[in-house]
Amino acid sequence: MKILEQFDKAFENRLRLQIMSVLVANAHYDFNALKELLNATDGNLASHLKALEKEEYITVNKTFIGRKPNTQYSASATGRNAFKKHLEALENLIKQQKS
Amino acid sequence: MQEEDIYSELSSIRSLMERSAKFISLSGMSGIMAGIYALIGAFLGYKLVYGNSYDLDYRNNYVNDSEVLAKLFIIAAIVLICSLLTGVWLTIREAHKKGETAWNPVSRRLLISLSIPLITGGLFILILLLRGNYSIVAPACLIFYGLALISGSHYTLSAVKWLGCCEIILGLFAALFPGYGIIFWTLGFGILHIIYGSLMHFKYNQ
Repeated sequence: MKILEQFDKAFENRLRLQIMSVLVANAHYDFNALKELLNATDGNLASHLKALEKEEYITVNKTFIGRKPNTQYSASATGRNAFKKHLEALENLIKQQKS
Repeated sequence: MQEEDIYSELSSIRSLMERSAKFISLSGMSGIMAGIYALIGAFLGYKLVYGNSYDLDYRNNYVNDSEVLAKLFIIAAIVLICSLLTGVWLTIREAHKKGETAWNPVSRRLLISLSIPLITGGLFILILLLRGNYSIVAPACLIFYGLALISGSHYTLSAVKWLGCCEIILGLFAALFPGYGIIFWTLGFGILHIIYGSLMHFKYNQ
């Protein structure tokens, strides 16, 4: 099937797709807020964020609030594009199955 | 992948995008309660100013008695504090019911975008009061409150934007007819809140 090739490998994991949805809808989001919203564990979330960062789909901005580290994530232009393409592929798949 | 899987995937993405960007645990009940407090406050204020005569005539002479003004100010402050406390309490309860926390990045953004026009307006009104400019207080309350709602509506239900528009329009009318300040104030903070609150309550709680 040709459409399956349009699916982004980076989004095969559900949590990664969820992270991307949040970052596309918001200018930025911090680690703890993501963790709470997605009900993810520290390690799981961190490893998937790392993977998205490696693809250059998201950008990371580390700062300190007082002494606490605060890591802000935001979607890059590449990431937004990839996310859009992935959703389009999903929609195409539905259309194809209907016809 | 099955078709239903894709549908549920797409709808879960959409709900996640919305939940992450908008704070929707505002309870309609808090609008109704705020409206009721405002009506009680307006009634007490009316009694204080007009005594027991029940004619709502156009007023050309403004309240100048400082004792009455102080009492009006206290009533307004109590209405404000009660509304805020009830709103915060009901919001926290509503968020817990949905299994969310009331204090998250979105509610923080909502609070910030609400407070900038509200605090500006509050200080502006205090300055007006100190300078003895009483006739503009009711319109200024309504207009700044409306602006606050519109600026906050980006982070919550879009119906809040319409409530804000109505408050601003009422505020402008109140500025045109300063003698009817208390009527516009009652409409804006009492009746509109109750209408909005009931609409939200029936739309989302059933």
